[in-house]
Amino acid sequence: MSEIKIDHVSRWYRNVVAVNDVSMTIGPGVTGLLGPNGAGKTTLIAMMSGFLAPSTGTVTVDGQPLWRNEQVYRTVGLVPEREATFDYLTGRQFVVACAELHGLDDPGASAQRAIAQIEMTDAQDRSISTYSKGMKQRIKMAASLVHDPAVLLLDEPFNGMDPRQRIHLMDLLREMGAEGRTVLFSSHILEEVEQVARQIEVMVAGRHAASGDFGAIRRLMTDRPNRFVLRTDNDRLLASVLLADASVRGARLRTGRGADGGIELEASDFGRFSEVLPRLAREHGVRLLEVTPTDESLESVFSYLVSS
Amino acid sequence: MSAAISPTIVRLGARSIFSRWRGVLLFVLPAILIGLSLLVRVLVGQDEASAGVTLYRLGLVVIVPLIALLATSGLLAPEIDDGSISYLLATPTSRHTIVISKLVVAFSCVLAFGVLPMLVAGLVLRPDSPSFAVGFAIGSLVSGTTYCAVFALLSVMTRHAVVIGLIYVLIWEGLLGGLLDGVRWLSVVRWSAEIVDRIADLSLVDDLPLTYALIASGIVLVVGTWRTGWRLRAFNLTGDE
Repeated sequence: MSEIKIDHVSRWYRNVVAVNDVSMTIGPGVTGLLGPNGAGKTTLIAMMSGFLAPSTGTVTVDGQPLWRNEQVYRTVGLVPEREATFDYLTGRQFVVACAELHGLDDPGASAQRAIAQIEMTDAQDRSISTYSKGMKQRIKMAASLVHDPAVLLLDEPFNGMDPRQRIHLMDLLREMGAEGRTVLFSSHILEEVEQVARQIEVMVAGRHAASGDFGAIRRLMTDRPNRFVLRTDNDRLLASVLLADASVRGARLRTGRGADGGIELEASDFGRFSEVLPRLAREHGVRLLEVTPTDESLESVFSYLVSS
Repeated sequence: MSAAISPTIVRLGARSIFSRWRGVLLFVLPAILIGLSLLVRVLVGQDEASAGVTLYRLGLVVIVPLIALLATSGLLAPEIDDGSISYLLATPTSRHTIVISKLVVAFSCVLAFGVLPMLVAGLVLRPDSPSFAVGFAIGSLVSGTTYCAVFALLSVMTRHAVVIGLIYVLIWEGLLGGLLDGVRWLSVVRWSAEIVDRIADLSLVDDLPLTYALIASGIVLVVGTWRTGWRLRAFNLTGDE
């Protein structure tokens, strides 16, 4: 079980601040580093990889600094964003070379295990120059896994993958998280993060905008209305009593042609609303048939964070 | 991973050099040297002055530095440019081991494509005087390895290592080295010419203490290699952001 600790880290290039006073702790399991392009994700991952010195602050893995400390790579595996590998090698030769550089006892066997893990056994003897973008991504993954690292860092790993490869990689990341590895991947695509990671760190404009599981991030935004659709056996009555409560900003009955009933509701205080709703329904004898959050998607969290 | 040389990096380096266009030039340059030496021999005959000028002006001043530049920059610069060096750096391998292993490949190239052709060219130009060929071979070995350390350091200091290396070879070593006498104290080619002079009993350049030439070459080789490893240890590799 390993932990990456980022402590008040900033990084600037001349007068441009790429990462601004970020602190976070990445523990075992899968963590998604989410943010739009230019948010500072790559800079942050470069510092977590030991390939960039923080201008201020420290980045450590299990208390060990990453900068100028090559021994840390016994614990850390890295899948860089850039596509270039040693194109003149075959996939197997590349992974074996990485195993040798890690000083493993049986580089060939370790390489075979890693290649099998990412399902590239059939293509392992082909030159990397003939691989598709997705295959290159997978062989990079095998190279990063060859020494069985406790920490795995992936920079935009889903770039260029087709849907099947994407699903396979997502499964693999979940599996590695479940094994107790500390897996961190960056992405600007919301669905990817949502499908793989429950723990999310959001970067916006170089700042650490939010942290926690997806639901927690959503609930933290108390100044933003939460939308729900309610289905009950008496929509009109429940809508009127809910509107009288301070936690509800607005309610609309879904009536008219084509509508299948229910209440569209905007709650301004999620915590209070979740307590008030069942109590008021019980007090007024209204039966709740369905309570569905309509914007409980990472897209709504993200667009809110980006626009704020 | 405390070994000074990594066979894996040597193997990767050797394949890397010959998988790029630079590999072709490594064969072309010595062919030019030997070809022109043959031509001089045919046109002029066995002549000490013309043989010395040919191997000094063409071999030591142009061919050997270019071989060292092609070999060394071909080992580091492309991997730094495309980011693939991160696969070597994301391992517990000592940064100095990485540099020394790559320099072993570069030295081998200097030996195969610089020193041996100089020996052959020397024997072609003056078959009656083996010390002439041996002197130029040893001189090119010393200058070639020294240049490798200089160009390795350039490769980790700037992304324009090849251009700056070419300017250095042509302007400093080639042009100013021939015009300004004082440059001999800071010129790799003049140090190596001094070694040739002593071994082959020639007078290619003004006298320079042999001990100085040897110590200066050794210092540049050791400091350049160490400093390259040090720079690689603090190497910044970031994406497009």
